[in-house]
Amino acid sequence: MRVVVLGVGNILLSDEGLGVRAVERLSRAYSLPLEVAVIDGGTSGMELLEDLEGIDALIMVDAIRAGEPAATPIRLTGEALPVFFRTKLSPHQVGLCDVLASLELLGRSPRHISILGLQPQSLALGMELSREVEDGMPALLGMIVSELALLGLVAAATGGGI
Amino acid sequence: MSQRVTIDPVTRIEGHLRVDVEVDGGKVKKAWASGQMWRGVENILIGRDPRDAWAITQRICGVCTTVHALASVRSVENALQLELPVNAQYIRNMIILAHAVHDHIVHFYHLSALDWVDVTSALKADPAKAASLAESLSSWSGNGKAEFTKVKERLSGFVGTGQLGIFTNGYWGHPAMKLPPEVNLIAVAHYLQALEVQRHANKVVSILGGKTPHIQNVVVGGVANALAVDSQAVLTVERLLAVKDWIDQLADFVKNVYLIDVAVVGGFYPEWTQIGRGIVDYISVPDIPLDGRNTEFALPGGHIAGGDLASFKQIKTHDDAYFKDGVSESVKHSWYEGGKGPLHPYKGETRPQYTDFQDDGKYSWLKSPTFYDKPMQVGPLPRVLAMVAAEHKPTIDYATHALELVSTVAKTKVGIDALHSTIGRHAARAVACAVEVDELARQWDLLLASMARGDLKTFNKPVFPKGEITGVGMHEAPRGVLSHWIVIQDGKIRNYQCVVPTTWNAAPRNEKDEPGAYEACLAGTPVAIPDQPLEVLRTVHSFDPCLACAVHVVDQEKQPVVRVRAA
Repeated sequence: MRVVVLGVGNILLSDEGLGVRAVERLSRAYSLPLEVAVIDGGTSGMELLEDLEGIDALIMVDAIRAGEPAATPIRLTGEALPVFFRTKLSPHQVGLCDVLASLELLGRSPRHISILGLQPQSLALGMELSREVEDGMPALLGMIVSELALLGLVAAATGGGI
Repeated sequence: MSQRVTIDPVTRIEGHLRVDVEVDGGKVKKAWASGQMWRGVENILIGRDPRDAWAITQRICGVCTTVHALASVRSVENALQLELPVNAQYIRNMIILAHAVHDHIVHFYHLSALDWVDVTSALKADPAKAASLAESLSSWSGNGKAEFTKVKERLSGFVGTGQLGIFTNGYWGHPAMKLPPEVNLIAVAHYLQALEVQRHANKVVSILGGKTPHIQNVVVGGVANALAVDSQAVLTVERLLAVKDWIDQLADFVKNVYLIDVAVVGGFYPEWTQIGRGIVDYISVPDIPLDGRNTEFALPGGHIAGGDLASFKQIKTHDDAYFKDGVSESVKHSWYEGGKGPLHPYKGETRPQYTDFQDDGKYSWLKSPTFYDKPMQVGPLPRVLAMVAAEHKPTIDYATHALELVSTVAKTKVGIDALHSTIGRHAARAVACAVEVDELARQWDLLLASMARGDLKTFNKPVFPKGEITGVGMHEAPRGVLSHWIVIQDGKIRNYQCVVPTTWNAAPRNEKDEPGAYEACLAGTPVAIPDQPLEVLRTVHSFDPCLACAVHVVDQEKQPVVRVRAA
C-alpha cells in the first residue's frame, strides 16, 4: 500500500499555507509507517504527477473555504469532494485538480482521495498562521492520524511538540 | 452595439487574472488585463537575512518556484559582486533548462493546445490515416496506427460514460476550431504522451535540486550539491548518467513531436499569424552563464525595438547598466499609492490603495513596468528573436526548420515575420524549447568534463559588508525576463522588488496610459461568439499567463465565470 499525505497552499499568505504547515508538523510529531509519504506540495501542479501516480490513497491537506467559522475542521471525501475536481471553466490551466484529472485519464488515479482542512481565518500576507487556525492545528493533525487509521495505518506520536 | 466580455479568472488558480474586452463588430476594440490579487510578498522580506530570501521567494509562485529561487540568489551575489565556482553554474543551468523544458511542454500540451485542438473531433478520425500523416512528418516511435487506435478507444470510453474529465467544458465544436479529425487525434495522443515525457524533466530537477516542487540545493555563493566521482551520498557520476538518459528522451520528444506539432497547428491556422501582434518592443536577458562572474553566456539576450531585428541591442552581462538603468514601474493604474511617477525597482514601493475596477483609473494589482519608458513584451518570442539577431546558430536552425514545416502545411511561404503573432508565440516557445534541451545536454557535458579534471568545488562563501549595497538578479525564465532587485543594509534586506515576466506582459496601462502587452495584443482579435470567447483565450494563453501569487484555497461555492453585457 502506498499513501501520500500532501500539504498544499501558499505559506506566504498566512492561513492559506495551513496544509503545508500541518504536514511539516505531522512529520515532526509522529513516526509514520513506511507506506506513507509526506509531501509539501506548496502551490505546484504538474510536478506532482509522478508522486501521486498509482497510489492507493491521497490525503490532501488544505485551507478549505466553506463559509464556516474560522478553524472549523472539514473533511471532504467521496461524493462530498467538490465538483471542483470535475468541472471547470476551461481545460487550459493546470493545477493540482488537473493533475488528478490527468491521472484519471491515464487510468492511474489514487484509489481513495480525501481532503482534510480547516476554514481559514486570514489570507493576509505573512508567514504565521492566525491564532484561531494555530489553535485548530492539533485537531487537524488528529484528523490526519484518524484518516490514516481508516486505511489501517498507525501513526505513533513521537512525544515531540507540534 | 459593443459588448463587454469579462473573463475571470483566465488562469484557473483562483483570483488571478481577469481580462475584460470590449467587442464591437466581431472584434476586440479595447482590452483591460487585471491582476486580481495583491502580491505584496516583497514586504515579508524586509529586515530578513539576504541568504534566506531565495527560500521565501520560491514560494511566490506554484509554477515557477525554481526561477524565483535563482533570481533571488543572483540578486544577492550581484550585490556582493561574488564570483561562483563554474560547477555551481553548470548545476544551476541544468536546473534552469530542465525546468524550462518542462514548463514549455506542459504549457503547450496541457494548458493551451486545447485552444486549438478539438478533442471531440478526434473521435471521427481514421487512425490509419492519422498514422500515415504523422509518420510522414516525424520518426517519433509513438506515431503508429496501433497507438492512435488505442488513444481513440480510450477517448471514446471517456466520452461514452459522459466523463470527459480534464476535457470537460472545452469549446468543442466552436467555429474557430479548424483542425481535421486526424490532426486532432494525433494531438490528443501526443497530449497523453507529453504527460509521460514531462516527468523526465521533473526528475532532472529533483535529482539536482534535492527535491521538487521546491528545490533545496541553492545557496548564496553556489549550490549545496556535494560532487563526487564515487560516494553514494552525493551527486555521483552514476546519478548523472541517469540524468543524461532523461535528457536524451526529452530531446527526442521536443524535436520530433513538440516542435512538429506546433508547426502543423500553425500551418492549419495561418490567419493567426496576423492576429495578436500588439507590442513588438521586446526585451530578454542573456542566461546560462559559462563563467563565475556572469559575463559569458550560452544564450544571448537583449532589446529589439519596433519588431526590427536590425535594431537589436545586446545585453552583455548580468551587471549591464543598459538593463539595470532602463527598468521602472508605474502604479498610475494599479491599486497602490502613487503620485511619484514611475520608480526604479530599488526605490519601488508596495503600499496598497484599492479602488473599484475603474476603466480609466486604477484596475489591477499589477504594476506597469517599462524599459526606458516603453511597455515591452517578454517571453520566448523576444528570447528567440534576440537569439536570431545575435546570430545564435542553433536558434536560427530550429526557427528555419519550424517555419519551413509551417510553410509546407500551409502551402504558402511563411517567414520570420509571422512570429509577431498569437500562433508565433507558440512557435517561438517550441523553438526555444529545442534550443534549451540541446543546451541542457551541453551543460551536462561541461559538468562532467569539469569533474573529470578534478574540480569538485560548488560554493564560495559570501561575506556581507557594513553599509548599503544593491544588486539585481536577472534570469531569462520560461515566461521571459525575471528580475529581483535587492537593497541590503548592514547585512539585512532593506528593500526587495520582484519584476516578474507576467507583470511585464499583463501590465495595466502605464504612466502615459499606453496599454500593456496583453491589452495591446488583444486589440483586433476576432470574437465569433461573445459568451465563448475562445479567440481571446488563445491570445492570452499564447503568453503562458501565470500570475505569481498562487492562492490555492479550495472553494466549495465559487465557480469561474464568463460574463457578457452590453458595454
